[in-house]
Amino acid sequence: MKKELDEEKQNRKFARAGKRKKIAKAVGLSIATLLTAFISVIFLTPIVLTITNSFMSASEMASNYGAIFATTANGGRKFVSELVNLKFLPDMVSFSQYGTVLLRSPEYLLKFWNSMILVVPIMIFQLLVAAIASYGFYRYKGKVRGFIFFAYIILMLMPYQVTLVPNYLVSDWLKILDTYWAIWLPGIFSPFSVYLITKYMNRIPISCIEAAQIDGAGELQIFFRICLPLCKGIIMSTAILVFIDYWNMVEQPLILLTDTEKYPLSVYLSKINSGEVSLAFAVATIYMIPTLLVFLYGEEYLVEGITYQGGVKA
Amino acid sequence: MSDINEGKSQVRPVKKIKTKKSKHTLRAQWGSSLFLIPSVAGVCLFFFMPYLVVIYYSFVDNPISKNFAGFSNYVSVFNNLAFKTAIKNTGVFSAIAVPLAVLFALLLALLLDNKIPFRTQFRTFLLSPMMVPVASIVLIWQVLFDYNGAINSVLGHFGADKIDWLKSDKAIIVIVVLFLWKNIGYNMILFLAALSSVPQDIIEVARLESAGSFKIFFMIKLRYMVSTLVFVTIMSLINSFKIFREIYLLTTDYPYESVYMLQHFMNNKFKSLDYQTLSAAAVMMSLVMVVIIVVLFKAEEHFSKDLDS
Repeated sequence: MKKELDEEKQNRKFARAGKRKKIAKAVGLSIATLLTAFISVIFLTPIVLTITNSFMSASEMASNYGAIFATTANGGRKFVSELVNLKFLPDMVSFSQYGTVLLRSPEYLLKFWNSMILVVPIMIFQLLVAAIASYGFYRYKGKVRGFIFFAYIILMLMPYQVTLVPNYLVSDWLKILDTYWAIWLPGIFSPFSVYLITKYMNRIPISCIEAAQIDGAGELQIFFRICLPLCKGIIMSTAILVFIDYWNMVEQPLILLTDTEKYPLSVYLSKINSGEVSLAFAVATIYMIPTLLVFLYGEEYLVEGITYQGGVKA
Repeated sequence: MSDINEGKSQVRPVKKIKTKKSKHTLRAQWGSSLFLIPSVAGVCLFFFMPYLVVIYYSFVDNPISKNFAGFSNYVSVFNNLAFKTAIKNTGVFSAIAVPLAVLFALLLALLLDNKIPFRTQFRTFLLSPMMVPVASIVLIWQVLFDYNGAINSVLGHFGADKIDWLKSDKAIIVIVVLFLWKNIGYNMILFLAALSSVPQDIIEVARLESAGSFKIFFMIKLRYMVSTLVFVTIMSLINSFKIFREIYLLTTDYPYESVYMLQHFMNNKFKSLDYQTLSAAAVMMSLVMVVIIVVLFKAEEHFSKDLDS
């Protein structure tokens, strides 16, 4: 009798402990969720603010941010309020900034197209050269392979401070300084895509290739019919990473281009003079749109691409 | 080759088979190496050959008269006050930003590794700064950190004095915040991938043996993540050397002294056409980078071996 009672007590104790554990777990999870949500909000704030502020009219912009940006016609600072008045939402949604940017000041659209003209050829041809070279690295097992690949990795990781010096010299010899070729050509042969695609290709089992060879396929056929289709995903991922990287470029145009008319929007944005600052948010938003679209469309590819970068070994 | 083969006649049959085989593979090798040509040729023309010239320039007094100058360019770079400032600032920045970027990313990855609701959405939000071009958000950074900016306005409510964030020693804080905002998402994705590759059965066993979450993290997960940790640290270090872009966009050509970085130094040398100094600086930097990259390789090798055994 007593034994049974004891057992029951014990069971109840366990049940209570289990319940407590469950509650502790739920509390922990909700704290984790809240914390993540809080950090996410902080991360998103700058992007959201830029977008919402782009819908402010020029006068609202002046009254909110006058303390920072506003200048009078004769160049002096015009202090509207002593401190800025950061607003999440404009008092009145106005598309006037966009109207001005898109219709009345063609120079911004021109710079936007400069960015496009700079980035898209680099993306396409870098991937083309890289896909071919990756197949070479995958199939070629000669002595120099390891050496070349190591050289590629070192080159890939070099900061611009180093690579821009040789780029500048070679552009000078080829007389392509101050033309887009000076940015296109080094971009096309940049080893980043080669590294990423090779890393992926190396996972294709060699038996696949051997089977194709037995069936009489040549190298070209193996490349086009087997390797390229298998690498579709990683090529998309690499394309996205290359696009973000070059869309964001600042150093190359600063050094390789002297004609400011040819500058991409990224550099031009920082040079917007204070009179036009009310337009700046709208221009900044327009500049974000392509990358945000790419992100919404290809986030999974992007994540996969980053994951494949983990670890340098191929 | 022929005199090596002499006196080894007894191994010849074996060798014959080998050469026959290698002849076959040789043709395949030749075919596949053709695929490498476009890329290798481009890399040689645009990076490798001009780099050799850079090395050459670093040893001459100037690119026109081309008199051999020994290490004098290197010495003059080292004695250059601007270069010293740039090295110091870049070092200080990396020393602050890299550990923070790694630590925050690891913590975020651990948060997201829980079964919290809206996981994928949170991941999207945390990754989105990586997608946004820096040029687009510097405006907001200026609104926040200007002398009359929003941060000072908030601090003012608590009775703090106004700080001129971008034009004082505090500028480095602004840049660190921007760097973290931009880079944490990327690091976090790498950590998440590493976390998901930790074998679940080991964690299950540990849990059955009533190990707590902390113990599981430090004794099991961290051990599996060491190579990723090394990789993320070194990638963050390399990214921190590229911080010029953010600073340039925030402050244009004339930043406050505490955020004068190596790229600023290089840009000034480009402008003054001082090729020999530029070359010497580039060669030194590339040597430092090679050392860092070799360390990365060795560390990865070491830690992946550690796991296998």
